[in-house]
Amino acid sequence: MAITYTSGEQVEVYRFSIPATVLIPLAAIFLQAFVPLRFPFFLIFDLPLLVTIGFATARRNPLAGLLTGGLIGIMQDALTHQPIGLYGISKTVVGFGASSLGIKLDVENAGARFLITIFFFAVHEVVYFLIARGLVGLRMAWSWPHELLSGVANALLGVLVFMLLDRVKQRT
Amino acid sequence: MESVLGRYRNLIVLVGVLFAQVLGLAVQVKRTTPSEPTRLIRIWAIGAVTPLEKALVWTQTSSSNVWHNYFYLRGVRAENRALKAEIERMSLERVRISQDADQARRLQALLGFKEQFISQTMAAQVIGGSGSELSRSVFIDKGNRDGLKPDMAVITADGIVGKVLHVYRTTSEVLLINDQSSGVGAILDQTRLQGILNGTAAGELVLGRVMSDETVPPGEMVLTSGGDSIFPKGLPIGKVTKITPGSDLFLNIHVRPTADLSRLEEVLVVTKIDERQAQPEQSGGARAIDILAARLPSVPSKPENAGKGASPATSAAPGSVAAKTPATTGVGGNGVAGNGAPATGTSTAGTPKAAHPVTPGSDAQSAPKATPPNAGNGAPAARNTPNAKSPAGDSPGLTSPNRASATTPSPKPVNPQADRKPQPDSPDTPH
Repeated sequence: MAITYTSGEQVEVYRFSIPATVLIPLAAIFLQAFVPLRFPFFLIFDLPLLVTIGFATARRNPLAGLLTGGLIGIMQDALTHQPIGLYGISKTVVGFGASSLGIKLDVENAGARFLITIFFFAVHEVVYFLIARGLVGLRMAWSWPHELLSGVANALLGVLVFMLLDRVKQRT
Repeated sequence: MESVLGRYRNLIVLVGVLFAQVLGLAVQVKRTTPSEPTRLIRIWAIGAVTPLEKALVWTQTSSSNVWHNYFYLRGVRAENRALKAEIERMSLERVRISQDADQARRLQALLGFKEQFISQTMAAQVIGGSGSELSRSVFIDKGNRDGLKPDMAVITADGIVGKVLHVYRTTSEVLLINDQSSGVGAILDQTRLQGILNGTAAGELVLGRVMSDETVPPGEMVLTSGGDSIFPKGLPIGKVTKITPGSDLFLNIHVRPTADLSRLEEVLVVTKIDERQAQPEQSGGARAIDILAARLPSVPSKPENAGKGASPATSAAPGSVAAKTPATTGVGGNGVAGNGAPATGTSTAGTPKAAHPVTPGSDAQSAPKATPPNAGNGAPAARNTPNAKSPAGDSPGLTSPNRASATTPSPKPVNPQADRKPQPDSPDTPH
């Protein structure tokens, strides 16, 4: 498990076709809304977040990363009854951070992806918590065991999701 | 200047995008009012996701129906036997309850008491959720095209589920009772203590506003109090699991919901609630002895007696069963269960198991689509009962099955056992 520090010239930059760019986030949002009805434990996953991180680290373009994250987050917000922007802001930050980190690090191996997903899951949760509590005034409950479990579960699923994204990404 | 903008372009865009979203968030938080129109982006997102969810749910339901209707018939006879035995048991139970209800109605009439009745419901299928632990809401496949409006109560056979929050053209968003922004007026069944039931961030239900010097036993049933003007009084919410001290001399009573909020499939939306003054029953209710008489084996009557209606004692017995049994299901046809079930043809939800008043004679909104006009009077349901062919059960325009038994003579031989003989699965058949 090696996270190699490389220069910007050494890392590969990928792109995704337009259908993949549109359909994969939509599918992630759809699954996130539909699957927990049948399998309630699925709520610990955040599939749109994993797609955001996957797209951002593959493209390695902070602008594309933050815009993709923002749009996915706003779409996710629209399905909740909370104000629009909670997931939007969190995923904007994650998209920007993941793509910026993608420039610096080689994130092609499973170990690196596992750690990056845990890290950005934590960032996402902290940003969401702060905004929801500080800006919107929601009563939030922070539970370390739950967050830790969610982080590990998302990281494991993230490794699989990134492997699937590898199949549709194209070298520039 | 240009070099600075170019160098920090990404950061500037990030700050700009975040600022715009924070601004939007602040505007929403400040302007949130019940009458605020739904945002376009929400309509787009729901329009993009829900058709797929509907298609998937439809496919799943169809394949499940094929399986259950054609292949999975093993054990149906045994189940039928058990259900018939259950009907017999419930008939006796009903006699006791109806006498209590009659007494209550008389007292309510004396006091000029007005009570709320669910008179119209609509069955709906749950097609999706919010996908977030902090937003406990689900989407159903009925919208303003079907007559749904915000703040309508949503229930299942087991208990209340939530209320309609946003209504779109073909879908609606239902806020579940365990969401932290939800609040329901509640009353404890035995102690009659009232409070407000709120959801928590963790998705639990907590009944507050009950003074700490009160004693609440765990396991006590919590019902709707009707004080929120959304849920009619008497619907089951859940059971008390534990009691902890709350703030300001109040208790925090933790409640486990009777409806499984994490696995909702079909729900009923209460589309109309009537407020009526209680009327005492005009005729006496059926007696337990009549029910027992109907269950006991007896000698078949002679044919010449059949035309005259036999002896009063025996004629009353099957008549009361014939009318009473449809009443058990026939009220459902009028009320909650019957309204819901025919609408989609798949819903199995019925009246919540509460001492909740159901209006005899109220019309089901969706019933005429699937059932004959006299469905609400119990006629179709009567076909499943031993004395289903009795005119008393099929008599159109009946408002009270008990009255039917009292006024409609039974022209048939009055031996219920004789009627049951052709049915091999009858619980009375010796095994």
